[in-house]
Amino acid sequence: MQQLTNRSKVVSDKKMTFLEKIYLPAIVKGMAITLKHFFKKKSTISYPEQTRPFSEIYRGQHVLKRDDLGRERCTACGLCAVACPAEAITMISAERKPGEENLYREEKYAATYEINMLRCIFCGDCEEACPKEAIFLTDRIVASEYKREPFVYGKDRLVEPLDPTKRIDISKRQTESVLKFKENKRFAHNK
Amino acid sequence: MPLLKVTIDNIEVEVEAGTTIMNAARKIGGSVVPPAMCYYSKLEGSGGYCRTCLVKVSQGSFKDNRPMPKLVASCRTPVQDGMVVQNRTSPEVMDNRRAITEFLLINHPLDCPVCDQAGECHLQDLSYEHGLEVTRTEEDRRTFDPIDIGDLIKLHMNRCILCYRCVKVADQITDGRVHGVLGRGDHSEISTLIQKAVDNDFSGNMIDVCPVGALTDKTFRFKSRVWFTRPFDAHRECSKCCGKTVLWMKGEEILRVTGRKDKYGELEEFICNDCRFEHKENVDWIVEGPRKIERHSVISQNHYEKLDIPEDGEETE
Repeated sequence: MQQLTNRSKVVSDKKMTFLEKIYLPAIVKGMAITLKHFFKKKSTISYPEQTRPFSEIYRGQHVLKRDDLGRERCTACGLCAVACPAEAITMISAERKPGEENLYREEKYAATYEINMLRCIFCGDCEEACPKEAIFLTDRIVASEYKREPFVYGKDRLVEPLDPTKRIDISKRQTESVLKFKENKRFAHNK
Repeated sequence: MPLLKVTIDNIEVEVEAGTTIMNAARKIGGSVVPPAMCYYSKLEGSGGYCRTCLVKVSQGSFKDNRPMPKLVASCRTPVQDGMVVQNRTSPEVMDNRRAITEFLLINHPLDCPVCDQAGECHLQDLSYEHGLEVTRTEEDRRTFDPIDIGDLIKLHMNRCILCYRCVKVADQITDGRVHGVLGRGDHSEISTLIQKAVDNDFSGNMIDVCPVGALTDKTFRFKSRVWFTRPFDAHRECSKCCGKTVLWMKGEEILRVTGRKDKYGELEEFICNDCRFEHKENVDWIVEGPRKIERHSVISQNHYEKLDIPEDGEETE
């Protein structure tokens, strides 16, 4: 049969010699390889005390942005969910009541908004589909959990804090090409 | 009576005398058909308002082969023997359609993310195909507050393109019209004048004929986006109408009931308010099966169909 690679070895069940039978040379050889690695540079770091440098456009945990007045930008239009190739996003919309104008930007808002982080493949299509610049992927890492349920992130973990000092910075993701694409929203009726 | 020969976009078709160019094109079907925002084949006297269906007549007839001097509204112009019509093949028509789309959008609020009609909106389709990517006007748009006409229908006058379809429905399908178009020119608006409720057994059809999101179902308001629901054909015994409807379901829940629309977005049969608004339980309906939605429509997104895979393993549609 033709070999696909030259790494395969032919095994045989021939009798072992005395040197092979005592296994000592093989153990020494194995230990030497192990000991050699003690003095090599470590390939791991102790996260979270240390972090690796992130790419400027790293796509991690999502954020639902608020506008300058602290109102939620998301209007539950459903374009992120329909753009999502992994079908990780679900939402239920509701109508804004009189007196809630300081909470929600438009007359419709997302009453619940959930992203299943186990399903999400962090492709960023939701961010691209969003007509309201409400959802962005950030450089935060989705925390590990012991169970499946906590991976379904609701609005409590997705919406950024109201406090202006604790807002999530997404300016890095607003690249020049993105801003140019969104330039035609400059008029009041189109914001 | 002899049939008249018409050529539309180099495709020949024979139609009866008195047929409009629009209906001759629909007889051919496909991309030859001009878009229509106001013409509605089931409503008498509709058409002629929106100007999106304008086409070029490059030869009037066999007897008089001069071209018509201006673009004509295909929904209002009857064909003549030997007429040659250009729709998609004429750059003038396409250029005009782009301009008309821009005009229709001049006062439109572009609030598709909020609007319940998004996904099945004719204006959305039209501007996707013919519209500009950018808005060129920066003036304020005319704005109205949304009003309730009755407890079942919501009117967003901002979105209206004044196609008169709902007025024609009230005139021809229901008895006693209480709404109409008030004002002139830029001030025209659909209204009931003194916020009178539209209360009629067939008034719900106004929602279905509206090509934009100006008239929407209050029982479905903000419940779900259209593409998260699944349409099913269903029927029930109804003493007032045919009872044949489409149920828009989310899981086991019926969120909305509408009439059945054909490929031009026109209702096959009008349904009564009883069927539309009052019966949202599964036991009320006999479900016939999933409704076929065109593949390019956003409504068919994320809906999976079982393919018929025969024994030899070759996939067929």
